[in-house]
Amino acid sequence: MIIKYFSWIREHVGKSEENFDLPSNVTTINELIDHLNSLNNQYKHAFAKRDLIKIAVNKNYSPFETKINNNDEVAFFPPVTGG
Amino acid sequence: MKKKHTAIIDVRIQSDDFDVTKENKKLQNDEPGAIVNFVGIVRGFDEKKNESIKSLTLEHYPGMTELEIENIVNESCERWSISAVTVIHRIGKLLPSNQIVFVGVASKHRQDSFDACNFVMDWLKTQAPFWKIEDDGNKKKWVEFNSLDNDAVKKWKV
Repeated sequence: MIIKYFSWIREHVGKSEENFDLPSNVTTINELIDHLNSLNNQYKHAFAKRDLIKIAVNKNYSPFETKINNNDEVAFFPPVTGG
Repeated sequence: MKKKHTAIIDVRIQSDDFDVTKENKKLQNDEPGAIVNFVGIVRGFDEKKNESIKSLTLEHYPGMTELEIENIVNESCERWSISAVTVIHRIGKLLPSNQIVFVGVASKHRQDSFDACNFVMDWLKTQAPFWKIEDDGNKKKWVEFNSLDNDAVKKWKV
């Protein structure tokens, strides 16, 4: 899967995008965040306040419970501030 | 079922500036009776933090931004009688007094354009994936989401 990061989440993670092989036991966005947090402190820092994070799956706003698979594009970003 | 609309929709994300006069000429193609514009301008001062702003830099999520704005514009064309909508949002580095966003709506009668323009702008602020970072000359800070923007969209919920 492709994971994209924007704004300060990108800065904390240290990259804007990565190709990621979804482990078979990771089936939802919540589980993906738990898994990333277990990898290193950069993710932990980025995802420390889950209520500040918005999610898009295949470019559509999606809740934390959304089921995901290895073909999805997942994006993590803070609340938007355009206009 | 929602009613189908025939409005001409033009959504552009660009670093270049835009010319409001030219954009309004394009909106006149279908001989509307009214055109309403919103033009957002970069402020040089943050009133909440009492800080001056030297520049803003905007990033966005290519692909999703266009999709979200088109969804919002389509929704507005289903709610009101609209002949054309143009939305232009700039990205990259912008300076105080630069134009940042344009929403132009054309319709037969003024109230449809007023309401649709307001609706598009309110939803764009809360849904379109843009993020601003402010530079005050010493440090850069990501702009925080303004909860008033969430209140603004409540009036459109039915």
